[in-house]
Amino acid sequence: MRTKEQIRFELIGNIIMVILTVTALVPIVLMIISSLTDDATLIKNGYSFFPEKWSVGAYNWIFSSNSATILRAYMMSFIITGIGTLCALFLTTTLAYGLSKKALPFRGLLTFLVFFTMLFSGGLVPTYINYTTVFHVKDTIFGLLVPSLMMNAFNVLLMKSYFTSSVPDEILEAAYIDGAGELTTMTKIALPLSKPIIATIAMFAGLAYWNDWNNGYIYIVKKTELFTIQNLLNRLMQNIQALAQNSSNLSTAQQGLAQIPTTTVRMAMATLGILPVIVIYPFIQKNFVKGITLGGVKG
Amino acid sequence: MSRLEASAGKVPQKPLGKRMKRFLPIYLIMLPGLIYLFINNYMPLPGLMVAFKQYNIKKGIYGSPFVGMKNFQYLFQTGDALLITRNTILYNLAFIVVNTFMAILVAIVLSELTGKIKNFYQSAILLPNLISSVIIGYLAFAFLSVENGFLNNTILPLFGQSKVDWYSETKYWPFILIFVSAWKSVGYNCIIYLSAIMGIDKSIYESASIDGASKMQQIRYITLPLLKPTVIMLTLMAIGRIFYSDFGLFYQVPMNQGALYSVTNTIDTYVYRGLIQVGNISMSAAAGVYQSVVGFILVLVANLFVRKLDPDNALV
Repeated sequence: MRTKEQIRFELIGNIIMVILTVTALVPIVLMIISSLTDDATLIKNGYSFFPEKWSVGAYNWIFSSNSATILRAYMMSFIITGIGTLCALFLTTTLAYGLSKKALPFRGLLTFLVFFTMLFSGGLVPTYINYTTVFHVKDTIFGLLVPSLMMNAFNVLLMKSYFTSSVPDEILEAAYIDGAGELTTMTKIALPLSKPIIATIAMFAGLAYWNDWNNGYIYIVKKTELFTIQNLLNRLMQNIQALAQNSSNLSTAQQGLAQIPTTTVRMAMATLGILPVIVIYPFIQKNFVKGITLGGVKG
Repeated sequence: MSRLEASAGKVPQKPLGKRMKRFLPIYLIMLPGLIYLFINNYMPLPGLMVAFKQYNIKKGIYGSPFVGMKNFQYLFQTGDALLITRNTILYNLAFIVVNTFMAILVAIVLSELTGKIKNFYQSAILLPNLISSVIIGYLAFAFLSVENGFLNNTILPLFGQSKVDWYSETKYWPFILIFVSAWKSVGYNCIIYLSAIMGIDKSIYESASIDGASKMQQIRYITLPLLKPTVIMLTLMAIGRIFYSDFGLFYQVPMNQGALYSVTNTIDTYVYRGLIQVGNISMSAAAGVYQSVVGFILVLVANLFVRKLDPDNALV
């Protein structure tokens, strides 16, 4: 039975949540509408939810042939995210699986080595020096893929505790008795039982790669053709002319710049940058929430 | 002998060599992960030395001349250290207070709602968490841009106010950054509180409502007290991380504007600019070491308290 009080409470609760939901979504909506506004109108009236004149000019410009820069950066984002997520998943799963073996000699030491990186890290400068002077990742695709994103202690420990708690020892023991080796047990029994956590880690890693702009900013200096969409957005925030700089000669570059609907193109690119996240969001949302809860307070 | 041990409840242990041989395939599959861990997290550590050197790329870490504490002296004498420490800590404290309050409020409200609409609300407020800080910078720009911004063109004229030069007036930025931080993280933070609330035994509420307790009383006397351990835990963890800041937030949202550095520069942005823009690697490294060491101590101290309260949630 719903009491009067309950109804009032639900009403107030709904009001609060509607306000917060609108606050959460309004900036994204403004960005999308701005990207669909006529460039001259936007410059005249400012960013607006109800533009005087709508236009797909920005998208036309992006998808027309003269803006190969943007489409290439977009492709790079997908490539980096795909490769990166697979690598991250492989490294995290294999290490976590090993650490979950209770009888593994040196298990404690190895777990501590993983865990210690959560307590203390060298920070940006030593990492930068290591990657640029020892591994020379500067201006290579490895600069986008390798530093910091491929595996982190939090995900390893999250997965390890899932293996320990959700894959029953008895099932593994039964497999050993039937003569299965460690690897068969892992791929045929433990991993299929751990699909939820694998999906969660893949999602964390995928989002981290898709949204990363740091590595590109630090390690990609000259070879801007390696830029992902985030790097390009980062560069364009300071300097919209970078868009035209890739044109082969100066006169076409200048011509190009005059024709770019600069203000709306920025927003159209940002929209494209969010688009894949929004498209997959309904499918990953449940998993994402579960992952955060699994990480619990340790997150 | 082995039977004796087994009867005493101990599993007989095979010799180490034999056990390692059995686990050889496991070690092999762990190897890539361990190598990456070594490269990414341990190999850089000797580089911390750079903070005590006059770093020269050509001479490398080991060849550069040793200057002792000079980089640190400079860092603290110029007042840079004071400013970036103040900004980092004060912003983090504000984030802890505002975001915790909002997250608990949202979690309590969501826990009382039912049906599809609840999921929709939760998904909507979580979405900002999945957006890259570069794009958050763009979103903020659409509102704050001096010429075209939504605030200057639509909101301020409504109130008869003149345009504000958002990207050069420092006084607004503490509020802007606190707002953006809440916008970005409340959806995330409320999930943990919500799951704590969902874990509370429903019969407590039932008997309270039979005894005539109102909804507000139930929240005041049941939900909040039972959330206390979670709040304390999360706050302690956040305090342990108080020397670290959300780099993207402080770098992208103010668009790296020099005029705003006094209120937007944190340890992370300082280290970053030192390395990438100014090119003063040693100075940047000194600030980094300062952050790593104090940060390490704070995490350990915070964890000490966590372990006292609830050993299950302690890191160490």
